[in-house]
Amino acid sequence: MTRQASSLMAGDIARARALVEAVADPELPPLTIGELGIVRDVFVSEEGALVVSVTPTYSGCPAVEFIETRIAEVLQADGFDEVRVLRVFTPAWTSDWMTATGRAKLASSGIAPPRGGDRGVNSPVAVSLGRTSAAAATSPNTASPDTTPLACPRCAATDVTRISAFGSTACKALYRCNACLEPFDHFKEI
Amino acid sequence: MADTPAMLTYLLRLGDDNLVLAQRLGALIARMPELEEDIAVANLGLDHLGQARNFYSHAASFDPLGRDEDQFAMLRSEREFMNAVLVEQPNGDFAHTIVRQLFVDAYQVPLYQALMASTDTELAGIAAKAVKEARYHLEYSSGWVVELGDGTNESHRRSQAAVNALWPFTADLFASDDVEKTLAAGGVGVDPACLVGSFEATVRSVLAEAQLTLPSDPYQRLGGRTGFHTEHLGHLLAEMQSLYRAHPGATW
Repeated sequence: MTRQASSLMAGDIARARALVEAVADPELPPLTIGELGIVRDVFVSEEGALVVSVTPTYSGCPAVEFIETRIAEVLQADGFDEVRVLRVFTPAWTSDWMTATGRAKLASSGIAPPRGGDRGVNSPVAVSLGRTSAAAATSPNTASPDTTPLACPRCAATDVTRISAFGSTACKALYRCNACLEPFDHFKEI
Repeated sequence: MADTPAMLTYLLRLGDDNLVLAQRLGALIARMPELEEDIAVANLGLDHLGQARNFYSHAASFDPLGRDEDQFAMLRSEREFMNAVLVEQPNGDFAHTIVRQLFVDAYQVPLYQALMASTDTELAGIAAKAVKEARYHLEYSSGWVVELGDGTNESHRRSQAAVNALWPFTADLFASDDVEKTLAAGGVGVDPACLVGSFEATVRSVLAEAQLTLPSDPYQRLGGRTGFHTEHLGHLLAEMQSLYRAHPGATW
């Protein structure tokens, strides 16, 4: 059965939204893009097309195009004929939009999830002495207003050191746990 | 309705700064002193490339020739690129790379903060995304400049040499003409002259922490915004554009 966008019912749109939100993130496969919080809206345009709007996490995230293609594929496979995927920048994505389920899934796959609290963009950027010092790991730029200390996703110890400001993807930084000595990724707060 | 030719020029200037710097950073992957820094330059470059693409995509909507982001990047010549001359300067040693990054970051943070208030909502949105990245970059570059400047005699000597060599190219970041002035008056763009204070305050505080000083020689090299570049940009573009020009329209 094909679904003409012009005759879409509220139930169809809810169904489309569920399909879109279930698309897996190609770089963090346990996570869906719904849990990541990048799906902004699913609606019918004036021209009658089903429109899905998404917000990229980082300007240069290479997964965005893959995700957009995948959204169109799953919707077309379900019979939605006219699908348009729209990239929106405003408001900018923040890690606060990641759902609790998403955070739990990250933690269980060994990635420390972002803590809460948007850090704002107008406060001064602190200069830290040394890249891997304790100051660097707890500067106002890396610690969110949420004062929960960053914990090792394996042993839950909070004695951790940042070893690299950047990680395997744009959204992560690399840390080491000083208790169990294992390195781990941290999904950064932005 | 925004001034279309001015918007096209303005967005290309914003995009070109980021594309050229991304190309410089990409060339460093696998050549950095530590694995962590290899990952860092790749991520910095990726952010700048993404910002360039966003500016170019928006520029495309103002282009009477109907060019897309690839054509802006790959089919314009050296004289048509309008990046500030700072970003095309060679990578040099690690001190040059990181000092160049500090100067760019100290400029882009207040630039993007101001652009978030643009009456052009698409431009404001691109800036709101980019400012978060620029702040993280500034934290990274300033941390390294302090580490190098306040480090060993050799790292101090090299970073002071980098500051002396690159400082004359920073004035070009703040050069403006009728394009910026018109768009700033309309609330769409930012007059870069307004950013000098914030830029210098950031740079001076980082350099002070790093035991480094700004050169007293007032020489400034301008011209990038109108396509008058240093000798380095032509070589960079020749390498970057050769594949696209050899196989126009190829897809894979």
